[in-house]
Amino acid sequence: MGQATASSNAYYVPHASVWPIVGSVALFLLMSGAATLLNGGSGMGLLKFWLGFAILIFMFFGWFGAVIKESLQGLYNSQVDVSFRMGMVWFIFSEVMFFAAFFGALYYARIFSIPWLGGEGDGFATNQLLHQGYEAAWPTNGPDNVGGFFETIPAWGIPLLNTLLLLTSGLTITLAHWALKVGQRGALIFWMSATIVLGIIFLYWQAYEYVHAYQDLGLTLGSGIYGSTFFMLTGFHGLHVTLGTIMLIVILFRCMAGHFTKENHFAFEAVAWYWHFVDVVWLGLFVFVYVL
Amino acid sequence: MMQKEDMGMRKAKGGLGVALMALSVSAWAVPERWQLNMTPGVTATSQDVFQLHMLILWICVAIGIVVFGAMFYAMIKFRKSKGAVPATWSHNTTAEIIWTVIPVLILLGMAWPATQTLVRMADTGDADMTVKITGYQWKWRYEYLGEDVKFMSSLSRAADEARQLGSGIDPNSVENYLLDVDRPLVVPTNTKIRFVITADDVIHAWWVPALGWKQDAIPGFINEAWTEIEEPGTYRGQCAELCGKDHGFMPIVVVAKPRAEFDAWLAEQKAANAPATDAVVQAPAPTKS
Amino acid sequence: MATYATTDHHEDHDHKPSGFFERWFMSTNHKDIGTLYLVFSLIMFFIGGAMALVIRAELFQPGLQLVEPDFFNSMTTVHALVMIFGAVMPAFVGLANWMIPMMVGAPDMALPRMNNWSFWIMPFAFALLLSTLFMEGGAPAGGWTLYPPLSIQGGNNVAFVIFAVHMMGISSIMGAINIIATILNMRAPGMDLLKMPVFVWTWLITAFLLIAVMPVLAGAVTMLLTDKFFGTSFFSAAGGGDPVMFQHIFWFFGHPEVYIMILPAFGIVSEIIPTFSRKPLFGYQAMVYATASIAFLSFIVWAHHMFTVGMPLGGQLFFMYATMLIAVPTGVKVFNWVATMWRGSMTFETPMLFAVGFVILFTIGGFSGLMLAIVPADFQYHDTYFVVAHFHYVLVTGAIFSIMAAVYYWLPKWTGRMYNETLGKWHFWLSTITVNILFFPQHFLGLAGMPRRIPDYNPAFADFNVISSVGGFAFGITQLLFAWIVIDCCLRKRGAKATSGVWESAKGLEWTLASPAPYHSFTTPPKIDDRMLAHGDVSH
Ligand code: HEA
Ligand code: HEA
Ligand code: CUA
Ligand SMILES: [Cu+2]
Repeated sequence: MGQATASSNAYYVPHASVWPIVGSVALFLLMSGAATLLNGGSGMGLLKFWLGFAILIFMFFGWFGAVIKESLQGLYNSQVDVSFRMGMVWFIFSEVMFFAAFFGALYYARIFSIPWLGGEGDGFATNQLLHQGYEAAWPTNGPDNVGGFFETIPAWGIPLLNTLLLLTSGLTITLAHWALKVGQRGALIFWMSATIVLGIIFLYWQAYEYVHAYQDLGLTLGSGIYGSTFFMLTGFHGLHVTLGTIMLIVILFRCMAGHFTKENHFAFEAVAWYWHFVDVVWLGLFVFVYVL
Repeated sequence: MMQKEDMGMRKAKGGLGVALMALSVSAWAVPERWQLNMTPGVTATSQDVFQLHMLILWICVAIGIVVFGAMFYAMIKFRKSKGAVPATWSHNTTAEIIWTVIPVLILLGMAWPATQTLVRMADTGDADMTVKITGYQWKWRYEYLGEDVKFMSSLSRAADEARQLGSGIDPNSVENYLLDVDRPLVVPTNTKIRFVITADDVIHAWWVPALGWKQDAIPGFINEAWTEIEEPGTYRGQCAELCGKDHGFMPIVVVAKPRAEFDAWLAEQKAANAPATDAVVQAPAPTKS
Repeated sequence: MATYATTDHHEDHDHKPSGFFERWFMSTNHKDIGTLYLVFSLIMFFIGGAMALVIRAELFQPGLQLVEPDFFNSMTTVHALVMIFGAVMPAFVGLANWMIPMMVGAPDMALPRMNNWSFWIMPFAFALLLSTLFMEGGAPAGGWTLYPPLSIQGGNNVAFVIFAVHMMGISSIMGAINIIATILNMRAPGMDLLKMPVFVWTWLITAFLLIAVMPVLAGAVTMLLTDKFFGTSFFSAAGGGDPVMFQHIFWFFGHPEVYIMILPAFGIVSEIIPTFSRKPLFGYQAMVYATASIAFLSFIVWAHHMFTVGMPLGGQLFFMYATMLIAVPTGVKVFNWVATMWRGSMTFETPMLFAVGFVILFTIGGFSGLMLAIVPADFQYHDTYFVVAHFHYVLVTGAIFSIMAAVYYWLPKWTGRMYNETLGKWHFWLSTITVNILFFPQHFLGLAGMPRRIPDYNPAFADFNVISSVGGFAFGITQLLFAWIVIDCCLRKRGAKATSGVWESAKGLEWTLASPAPYHSFTTPPKIDDRMLAHGDVSH
């Protein structure tokens, strides 16, 4: 649609696009399907959920496809590029704040609610009258032993390994970026692939750890506040790694298709930022969820 | 009960000033028609809170008069239709500093008494007795710790009937509509009473305006508060945290009795404490105190 | 900061899209999307208002006459959610969409396709939310604050409400990202940050608040969801959690949220008052810094909504002091508005009337806010109608009044026609009188001890409730007048043709464009003339 030539200085304003409304319908179906499922509905819920999911995927293909096409046509000048960068940066910031809510819950429980339940500070009467015999501790599943006995995952085993994996992947993606900037296609593809492989290994160990926790350790989402914070934090992180890995794979294909130039490869950078963000969150997790 | 105060209260509709005057009149048991202002209540704390309230209220009124006064003056004086010619200036450092600093000073003046009152209210030490309050959907349970006296307290029957949708009963015909219970909490006057407050299901809040505070009842946690009531009387309040469909229907009634009367009452309760105290609750409300 | 030349590349496409579906459902145009937001907001205002009228009708007299308590609570809850997320926030985003590109000299928003997605998520989110009204077990009834354990006692509605909130969050975040990118990246050359109109500044800061806190709300409601459906114990003491923890997380979102609903209002008023005072805005830089300070402080005062939950003394004192401090930058704003009027040459067209009404009535709401900040006094005020009075003053005579002022102010720019000034004045005076009848008596009710969120009350509270309800219905009906004035102006086009300047002394880039503004705002970046800026002299 755009009539501009690559040399044009114009800020590209796309014309009408059907993808946003498709995406909204998809979200609506997905969410209302999920809600129906949670309420115990099956048939309709499943249908809505998967239909929504499928349309959402379709939407992403369509939308990003359009963006890629426009980008390849040279419709985006450097100002458009800056808009995209800002968009990505602030999106990542919003993700940081999303995780902040769960980290906040973890700190609050550890610094306030558990000591109070255990009778420390202002919690003397709470412990004495309601939870006699409960002592503040971490890990804990609370005064009522919610979920029963459980063991935790030691930090210095798989989690440490996973930390090293992610840190290495941060390095490999930087090498890939460097290769892209100096125009070494072979190295670029190699380092990108390495990053993806590291991400997948990470996910494998994470899944392994979950199975282990559920089957052998008695550690579940229902294991009181420890299980809640543990699985929510690591779970949302794992979800982000999954998304990041998918994004990396897409970018790998785009690298192979020669979509990026030395100067112009915003999509690559955006995904790299995202990957670093996921990396940093993991470091927080490793320290606060596993080590401390 | 507290009929003698009614006259003082009626006057209160005259305006905020009258309410200030009413400081001398004690015992503010129930809300009055056309009541405009908070009441000073019946404890030293509640009176402190009332004075704090009046202080900040009047400060705000005063600032309002100055600010709105200036504004209306400007709007009347500097109209185009009166031939006003606009000035062109757009800042004045001195003025800006003044109207930053003065509010800070005013705020300090408010924060000081507020802090003092708050510190006093937070001190639950040295209490003579402790009452445990537990909120349920939708009633209260009182337990006199160490005395083996405990009971439930819920909305009075008359009000409960009248409050049903389409009951056809005029609420005006029910005395203390929605502010009366089957069994009130009875406490002694001139005694520092510590309350330990919790809930069984969802969050509630225990609030009797005449005592000067409210405190949330959180399931799984204990909150503490205290009071020392000076005047014997019946003081009414309500649950003050949304707790479900009958949140509006779980009133609180506190009856404060002189020490001797209270002791007699307590002894009576203990005596009646044969098999199960809680069973009493189920029985129709017998007495109104 | 990048400021490149912005010329329109599709010269042959400069007309509007042809089909109805293409124009309104597939739009990438900031004006059309702005219009969508505004229309949506008006519809939501009426829906939320209708619910408020159910509340006021039930409270007209003691005793239950119309609805069951559960339904009453649903009305309270959904009224608030609809008004906040459906009426006020989208209205401000709509105004941002319309005005920011025009005010900074841009052709459109920075990310036009995403802009459309931000909008179109909203109707679907509200379809999800409002569908609970027709569900078994009814709509959510735990208050808009969604405190557990009560909120997760709800039946089928819980999951729906939570997902609806997630969708609203996604929409707001994308909208905010777009606004930030537009402001930081799309300004015409010469439009330095400290030359931007105050409305643009307030929105820049608001957008930052949105991105910072909407995800936190998403996290909070996600924990509600897992507590209900997946056995987690975030908010249950039995498992080591704490119901109060939800309140902390919620209000970490919730307090900045209330400033999200007032900062753009400050911006609007800061545009209007100089125009009708024919004098530059007083203390432009102070206004900007005050806005930033309010935003900063908004992150460290959240627990003033929770003074009665049993926080340690030190916490209560900290949150009290921090909250009180907000009066200082807000005061700076109020004083600067008064100083702008001082020695001006004022006229009182409808936008100015609403702006003046805003300053006075918002300040009254601010005063009661300050009183609520005083912890010992708040022990008495908390969860009474005094609080209800406070927040309706800042929200209805604050946020809503500012939105109405903005609509009157910019409507001629949008439509090319003047609205009916006589009816506008009627609308202002009727609104102002009735809204005070509606909300002022609620101060008395609260002080006399009437709790909020109750469907029935002791007859002692009857008199002021009658007055309030009468005021409520009168205010509601008055808003039909508003709808009529807007429709009359937009569709019947009877009014006089508007000039590009519209108002005698309006300053700023948007007034250099024709009325109605061309479809693509600035296809070539405008030259910035410092004397044309709303705040006049920018040398200090
Ligand atoms: C637009 C929305 C908005 C705005 C702007 C505000 C502004 C303020 N609010 Fe309000 N508030 C709400 C919306 C808002 N609030 C809502 C929705 C709730 C209830 C939520 C719920 O529970 O459902 C609430 C509740 C609420 C509470 C909790 C009450 C309770 O539940 O017990 C408190 C307590 O501190 C508070 C304080 C304040 C303060 C100090 C300000 C300040 O920002 C006000 C500052 C302004 C001024 C003070 C006036 C102008 C200043 C001057 C003229 C200078 C000189 C003045 C002095 C020195 C005094 N608010
Ligand atoms: C921006 C936010 C906003 C706005 C604009 C309003 C506007 C109004 N509010 Fe709202 N309100 C809140 C935010 C808002 N409120 C919040 C956050 C709460 C707390 C909720 C909680 O406790 O959880 C609350 C709670 C609340 C209560 C307390 C309920 C309770 O505690 O139980 C009351 C009671 O009077 C009330 C009344 C009103 C009224 C009369 C209006 C009026 O201004 C509305 C006027 C508009 C109209 C009336 C629309 C016009 C419509 C018609 C004329 C016809 C009707 C149309 C059809 C039938 C199609 N509100
Ligand atoms: Cu119990 Cu409200
Ligand atoms: Cu607040």
